[in-house]
Amino acid sequence: MTLGFLSVTFWQTLADGLALGSIYALMAVGIGLVFGVLRLVNFAYGQLVMAGAFALALASQWNWPVWAGIALCFAAVLVLTLLMDRLVFRPLRGRSPAVMLVATFAVAFLLQNIALLWFGPLGKIAVSLSSLNRPVTISGVDIRKFAIVAVAVTIVCLLLLNVLLERTSIGLHMRAASMDFDTARLLGVRANRVIELAVLLSGMFAAVVAVMLTIQSPLVTPDFALDDTIVVLAGVVLGGMNRPIPATLGGFSIGFASGVLGGALPTNQSEYLPSFLFAAVILVLLVRPGGLFARKSAAERV
Amino acid sequence: MRIARALPELLGPVALIAAAGLLGTAVSVSTGAYFTNALVNVAIVVGLYLFVGNSGVLSFGHISFVAVGAWTAGVLSVPASDKPAIMPNLAHFLRDRTVGNVSSLALAALVGCVCAFVVALPLMRLSGLAAGIATFGVLEITHNLLRYEERIGPGLNSFSSVPETTGLRQAALGAIVTVVVAFAYGRSRFGRLLRATREDPAAARAVGISVYRQRLIAFTLSGAVAGLAGGLYVHLLPLTTESVYLDLTFITLAMLVVGGATSLWGAVVGALAISALDSYLAIAENGTSLFGWNIDLPAGTRVIVVGAVMALLLILRPSGLTGGREFRLASLGVRRRTP
Repeated sequence: MTLGFLSVTFWQTLADGLALGSIYALMAVGIGLVFGVLRLVNFAYGQLVMAGAFALALASQWNWPVWAGIALCFAAVLVLTLLMDRLVFRPLRGRSPAVMLVATFAVAFLLQNIALLWFGPLGKIAVSLSSLNRPVTISGVDIRKFAIVAVAVTIVCLLLLNVLLERTSIGLHMRAASMDFDTARLLGVRANRVIELAVLLSGMFAAVVAVMLTIQSPLVTPDFALDDTIVVLAGVVLGGMNRPIPATLGGFSIGFASGVLGGALPTNQSEYLPSFLFAAVILVLLVRPGGLFARKSAAERV
Repeated sequence: MRIARALPELLGPVALIAAAGLLGTAVSVSTGAYFTNALVNVAIVVGLYLFVGNSGVLSFGHISFVAVGAWTAGVLSVPASDKPAIMPNLAHFLRDRTVGNVSSLALAALVGCVCAFVVALPLMRLSGLAAGIATFGVLEITHNLLRYEERIGPGLNSFSSVPETTGLRQAALGAIVTVVVAFAYGRSRFGRLLRATREDPAAARAVGISVYRQRLIAFTLSGAVAGLAGGLYVHLLPLTTESVYLDLTFITLAMLVVGGATSLWGAVVGALAISALDSYLAIAENGTSLFGWNIDLPAGTRVIVVGAVMALLLILRPSGLTGGREFRLASLGVRRRTP
């Protein structure tokens, strides 16, 4: 670190932070989309990612080509997402937030233990795309190809989502529903279609995250993505849960902060990384309870 | 007079706990251990109820106070001769002091209370999702510190050689103490004021109730109860940081919601019902028989069945088994005419 501020390590840490931030931003969008229309915090989101990761691991175990593995991952996650919507979210619609949150807790617990029974605590390895972990050298700095891919994939996904939300009528319906669901229904927005689309989109994002996280850490265990979900949830609330852009920014910032801190802290302090991270979250929430990027005029609730 | 009319509300939970305790003495020692565990769960869930039930604010942080209580009682009651072996880096003032069973429980409650007060001072300004995430942050920080800070505990190791003094009697007595504290608080002026803020925050503010102060009082008191429960827990079995973390947070919250989050009766019923199901399945995994049927479940079905039952109950009966109402003799058949 003697080279100071712009040393090689600095750029590598920055790249890692950007990569993790991008992945977390996608998870934040997935959680935020469902929250927008259902007012439901889906704690089981990490288990969707975990299911996708296990699909990738199985595909690589059966020596399937990469594209087939990714297809299997999308199929598994989307089926599971739709099942979750039908069996859990739909009967719970309109219940109190506490009941919904604890119910998704139960689902998360259930899925994690099914994975534990099925695959064992040691997990499986997904190797299909690990070539992306090799570095490329840009003017003397080794940066993992994965960091570039992660940022690019995230930008493409978010742009596509933006087109869908801003340029299509179903996107308009979705935005209306997340502003005020009852009024939107009165004006002819079909509730089930909007909710199903939001849930499906959130599942797609989970599948993309599953692919990227398995590149980052190929060992897939039953608690895969659990810690990430907790951090992302904190990030989403930190950004401001009610609107998609602040939620995404919140997810990105917490991922970026955690990636950069993980690289910058000396080893004897890095084990306290969660403490630093969550202390920062609490501090920010105390100063801006409505979210870091919320509008200032937003009325404070009791 | 008012207290006399309310006493049946206390009677139900206490009777249920006593019944569980007595039933535990009637079965074999190994099965009795499940009853002890269930009673410790009751103490934890009642601590959670005291804040969550009365305030209507979800807290994911209460298991931190259970952990802090467990660490206090555990560190102080490991025999002095064993301390260097399992906790070599312990701070001096902890290494030189050893206390008895009852004082360790009292200290656990005290430390839980102080920690909860310190945490609540800033945090009770928040509500809704922000409060939920902030209390989650408290849990993460506590877990992280206890896991790596070897000056105040065993770190990654388990709390071996803590005297196992929590038998059925101590667990039942502890659970009854927590229930009485929660009952007294609920009937007190503070409990009523806090429930007013739960039902209608704006109206409560309008009549001059400080939401912040009422939540602060309840959070601090529930921290003491959770600390006591943690003390009971560490005297029951050798804990690690993982046993007082996400799984326990999740299962105790689920017990509270399944029982009916807005009543003390619900907290006790939920804790005992889920514990009973969980213990029965744990026994069934080792092979047992029910009404002549031989039941031998494959290992691991327990957690899956418990998770599925909890999800089902939340979907089918979202207000909980008790509907969130307190225990009344009337529900046993002594109908009173409604005015």
